[in-house]
Order: sequence, then structure tokens, then C-alpha cells
Amino acid sequence: MTDTSAHSEMPAKPKRLRDPAFRALIFQILVTVAVAAFFIYIVRNTLHNMESRGISTGFDFLDRSSGFAILQSLVPYSEASTYGRTFIVGLLNTILVSALGIFFATIIGFVVGVLRLSKNWLVNKLAMIYIELFRNIPLLLQILFWYFAIAFNLPSPRQSLSMGDTVFLNNRGMYLPAPQFGEGFWLTAVAIVAAIVGTIFLVRWSRKRFEATGQTFPTLYASLGLLIGLPLIVFLASGSPLHWELPELKGFNFKGGLTVIPELFALTLALSIYTAAFIAETVRSGIQAVSHGQTEAASALGLSHGRTLRLVVIPQAMRVIIPPLTSQYLNLTKNSSLAVAIGYPDLVAVFSGTTLNQTGQAVEIIAITMAVYLTLSLAISMFMNWYNAKMALRER
Amino acid sequence: MSSNNFVPLPDLPPPGNSVGAIAWLRTNLFSGWLNTALTVVAIYVIATTLPPLISWMFINADWVGQGKEACDSGGACWVFVANRWDIFIYGFYPTDQLWRVDLIFGALLVLTAPLFFKQLPGKLYLGGFILFIYPIIAFFLMRGGVFGLESVETAKWGGFTLTLLLAGVGCIAALPLGVLLALGRQATNMPVVKGMCVMFIEFWRGVPLITVLFMSSVMLPLFLPEGVNFDKLLRALIGITLFQSAYMAEVVRGGLQAIPKGQYEAADALGLGYWRKMGLIILPQALKIVIPGIVNTFIALFKDTTLVIIVGLLELLGMVKASLGDPAWPDVSREGYVFAAFMFWIFCFAMSRYSQWLERKLHTGHKR
Repeated sequence: MTDTSAHSEMPAKPKRLRDPAFRALIFQILVTVAVAAFFIYIVRNTLHNMESRGISTGFDFLDRSSGFAILQSLVPYSEASTYGRTFIVGLLNTILVSALGIFFATIIGFVVGVLRLSKNWLVNKLAMIYIELFRNIPLLLQILFWYFAIAFNLPSPRQSLSMGDTVFLNNRGMYLPAPQFGEGFWLTAVAIVAAIVGTIFLVRWSRKRFEATGQTFPTLYASLGLLIGLPLIVFLASGSPLHWELPELKGFNFKGGLTVIPELFALTLALSIYTAAFIAETVRSGIQAVSHGQTEAASALGLSHGRTLRLVVIPQAMRVIIPPLTSQYLNLTKNSSLAVAIGYPDLVAVFSGTTLNQTGQAVEIIAITMAVYLTLSLAISMFMNWYNAKMALRER
Repeated sequence: MSSNNFVPLPDLPPPGNSVGAIAWLRTNLFSGWLNTALTVVAIYVIATTLPPLISWMFINADWVGQGKEACDSGGACWVFVANRWDIFIYGFYPTDQLWRVDLIFGALLVLTAPLFFKQLPGKLYLGGFILFIYPIIAFFLMRGGVFGLESVETAKWGGFTLTLLLAGVGCIAALPLGVLLALGRQATNMPVVKGMCVMFIEFWRGVPLITVLFMSSVMLPLFLPEGVNFDKLLRALIGITLFQSAYMAEVVRGGLQAIPKGQYEAADALGLGYWRKMGLIILPQALKIVIPGIVNTFIALFKDTTLVIIVGLLELLGMVKASLGDPAWPDVSREGYVFAAFMFWIFCFAMSRYSQWLERKLHTGHKR
């Protein structure tokens, strides 16, 4: 009897304080309380400070008239517009410059990355110089350089640099021909949509046929023909309802055409050149990560050099490239906020800058700005993760 | 018999078309029509950019003189840079006190030099001293007000000194915080702590540094109780440290993930507690792996310090930009920016090469 009771008193579990699960629980409660106390302290201080300084709280200010003009806006905007409208204008400008930057940086980055692997010694070294030069100089410095040292020192409108008398570059910005859509252009637009839908079906059909019969179909040429040919025929048949409005020098400046303001020009240039250097390194490491055996196996199968690249090397390299590429896209989007340094009216410049100075509502404005960037970051990474999952290696 | 006395002929030289300059050119530059075309394009690019650049930077440049008048040869006006050198490097630090800044830089050089030698006893202690004790001494030397040194307020700090200070403090202060965050993110048995760390890291990584600096300059004063006020430099440093710690945490996390599970299990089997397991076994290995990653985030931070211009602190780039507004020196923006670019480039390039060298040196695993 005594024996069994002694046995049951043997501790089956360690003492409470030594039990990892119990400790974890206590630690978590402590941390939560500390963090909560920290936030309560901050919020109380903030409310008190704002009250004593006479700063109002809330988002009412978004409905008030802003009273300042903005250099460039994608939606109608005037001094009578509200701060809410200012926010929209800034956001759209941020998205515009990020999209342009991502587009150009991807192209330059892929080209330089491939050239970095070229067997041509000279080309290889030039690509290396590009990468090492632009990657090791602060982006802000590059933006300021392109804007103040280059764009400002371009010739005046009368002595503009021109390319074939259609594109002009001067110290007021860059002037491009603007498309003018005539009557009946909608037919061509419908044709473009039809061609895209047709291409999707064609690709699906050819993949199914390939899996069923093993016969290949020249999908690339067929879809190119469809995408270019169909709209072209419709366009010509409906009487070419598209004209290009060329910029023309009238008086002291150019009239007509599309105008790219120098701020946008310098910012896009700096963002693309800087990010492209990082993308080039990503591309190089991605291609080098494909084992040489894969290329050898491809040539053993008798694939041509082009098909080896297209069917074997690039698909495998993309798997390595996509995650770091995503980070570069995110960085570019966040870096576009440096626009404030040269006065390009992006979100940070017009909202965290001008609007904050005018209304003094720091907490709300900074919170909104940060929320926007967080949302953009999450949206881009979600899209890229989806794409990454689609491209990832599927093993059994 | 004479026929048995076989005397080999001397080796023939390799065929003329496989060695030498011509052959090198052939294989590396002209091996096919595509390669030749690329070479021609490359030579064209070099021929159109390099000669004007060299003549602007060196041949036609002016190096000595007093004012704008000295620059009349049409090239770069380096006189401007020479004239503003003190301001670019030291900011508005009082001229008679510059020896203090020089002493700080000099001491740092003398202290770090031994770290580059392979075998040296007490390297770890020296490194620890440089990381954690030296900055405190440097700070008091810089600010003064003790030991009879003249007090220099932080508003006068600037130029390249400030660049180094922001980057150095940002990195050193973010290291312990980053390690704690990384450990918290890996703590699967504590979902609440893990969640908080993930939120903290993702938040700071998702926003641009500019908005962080805006926040620290306009919101931090609101957070503090009335009457307490930090100066501008400290506010920027807090923002930079929080921002950097999130990036540091992700780098350290990578190192923690790279440690084989067996190491954790071995530590558990020895009966070590959590902190001793991490401090004695896991972290030393993990941190060693991620030193190159830490250097990389440091390079990024070094370049990002230029952004403090937004909150009105003038580090190197800020000083250059401010000097360009001087009406006595019209039209020297290219010279100013090229000089700043050169300074940043030298430091960043050296650090990136150093990190690559470390990566090769620390690679103690099996190389395939």
C-alpha cells in the first residue's frame, strides 16, 4: 500500500517553473502586457499632446479643399479639389512611376545580366562596370544627379535634342507623339481583344495536342501572326482611324503631343538604371544556377542552341530568379518615394509633405501613407508568390 | 647501334593561332559573327563615352585655385570640391576642434587594422570592443562637455562624419534587436511572441525608409510625454535602427534556418536551457554564416543614410546639395555630385568586395 502511494508521488512532470510549456505561457503573457502597456502609454501621450497643441483628430480633413496645385495629375485636379483628391493624385503618380520603373528596369536588367555572361570579354566587362558602378552609388544621389546635373542642363526648347523630329528632349521635359483615336478605332480595339482571346485558345489547344500526340505546333509564330495580323487587317479595313499628334515648337515651348515632365523623366531613369543593376545580378546568378549537365543533356538530345535556352535553361533559371526579382520590384516601388527630393508629385511628396504641412494631422497622414505602401508591398508579393508557385519545381 | 640512340626533337611551339594576343582576340572577341558584332558595338560605346569623360574629369579639369574664376579650361571644376572639403567631410564642426573627429577616425583605423591579420590572439575581444565600447568613447569625444572638452551640439555634426555615424550606430544598435526578433520569429512554441515579431518585421520592411524618417521626425515628439524632447539626430537614429533591425532579423533568420536540426537536438540532449543553447551553440554558428548578409544590409544602410536630408540633417550628400545653392559657385552641380558619388562608391565597393572575400573565407563546408 505504502509502496504504491510512494510511486504515485513520483513526479511524472517536471516542476511547474521548469515546464517549458508553462514558461512559454508566462513569457507570452508578460510580453503581451509589456507591449500593450507600451502602446497605451504612447496613445495617451499622443492624445494629450495633440489636445494641448490644438491638433484635431479624425479624417474630416480629407473633405477640405487643398488650395495647392500639382505639377502632374492623371485625374482632373485643381486647387479647389479636396485633400482626398490630392491623395488619389499622389497614389496614381506613385503607381505610374513604379510601373514605368519596373518595366524599364526589367528590360535593362535582363539584357545586362545576359551580357554579363557573354563570352565576349569586352561586353562582359562593360556589363560588369555597369553593375558595379550603379549598384554602389546611393539612389538618391543618382536621382539628384539626373535631375539637377543632367535634366536641368539640357538645351532649351529651341535647341532641343530630337530623334527623327518626333521625340524631343529639352530642359522642360520630354515630348512624345500622342495617339489621336479617330472614329471607328473601336473596331481595331475589338480585334485586339479577339486576337488575345484567340491566342489563349490556340496555346491551350496546341498544348493539349502536344500532350496527346507529341506533335509540336509553331505556337509562337501563329500567335504572333494572330496578334499582329488581325488588328492590322481590321485597322486598315476601317480606314486607319489613328493619327499621331506630333509635338511642335510654338513660341517658346512645344505644343501638342505627350509631355513627360523632367521630374518624371529623371526619376524613372534613376529608378530603372539603379534597380536594373540588381536585377542583372539576379539574372546572372539564376542562369548560373542551372547545372551544366542540363545544357549538355539538351545538346545530347539534339536541341538547337536557341531551343536549349528557351526550353531548358530559362524555365529553370526563372525559378531561381523570381523570388529575388520580387524583392527588387518591391524595393523599386518603395524607392519611388524618393520623388519628394526632386518634387515629383508622388504620394509622399503631395500627401506626407504638402498636405501634412498644411493640415498638421501627422498621425492620420503618416498612417495612411504607410498603409498604402504596406498594401502595395503585399499586393506585389502576393502576385509574385502566385506566379512563383505556378513556376516552382513540382517534385513527387 | 646508332639507331638505338633516340634523341627526341625539341618540343615545337604551339601553333601560332592558339596562343598569344591574336588568338586571345580571336576566341574572346571575334569567335563568330554575333561576337564580332557585339565587339564592334562595345568599342563604339567605349569610343564615344570614354574620351570626353576623361578629358572632362582630368585633362581639362582645374584642380587649384580660390574661386569660380580659377575654372576656365572648360573641364571639371575640382576647385569647388577642394574649397569645400572641410565642410563635406566634417559638416559645421568647429574648425579648431576638428582634431577630435580625426582622432575618432584614426583610432578606428588603428583598431580595425589588426582584424585583417589571420592569427591574432584576442581578436574576438578586440572586435567586441570596437563594436560596443568604442562607439561610446567616440560619442563623448564627438559631443564633448566632459573631460574639459568643448561641447559641440549635434546640429553642427554633418558631412561624411555624419554619414559614417548614422550607418555605424544604425547597424550596431540594430544587431541585438535583430537577433532577438529573429529568435522570436523562430519560437514556434510561443505563437503570440512569434506573431508580434512577424508583424514588427513585415511592417518595417514593407514601408519606405523615407516614411519612417517622416514618422520619427513628426510623430515621435507626439509619442513622448510633454516636456521630453529628443534632438533631431537622435530621432533619425531611432527610426533608422528600427528599420534596420527588421532587415537584420531576416538575415539572422536565414542563418538560424541553415543550422542543422541535429545541433539543436544535441544542445537539448546536453540539457542546456534555451538561452545557453542559443548563445553557446546556435547563434555563434548562425551569425558566422550570415556575416556576408550583414555586410550587405550594412551597405544598403550606408547608401540609405543619404535620405536623412529629408528631415533636415546634412550628411555628405546633403552638404554637397546645400553647397550647390551658393551663388558664388554657379553651375558646379556635376562636380559636386560626381565627388559625392565617388566617395560613396569607394566605400560601398570596398565593402562589397570584403563581403565576397569573407564568404569565400568562411565557407568551411564541403565545396562541390
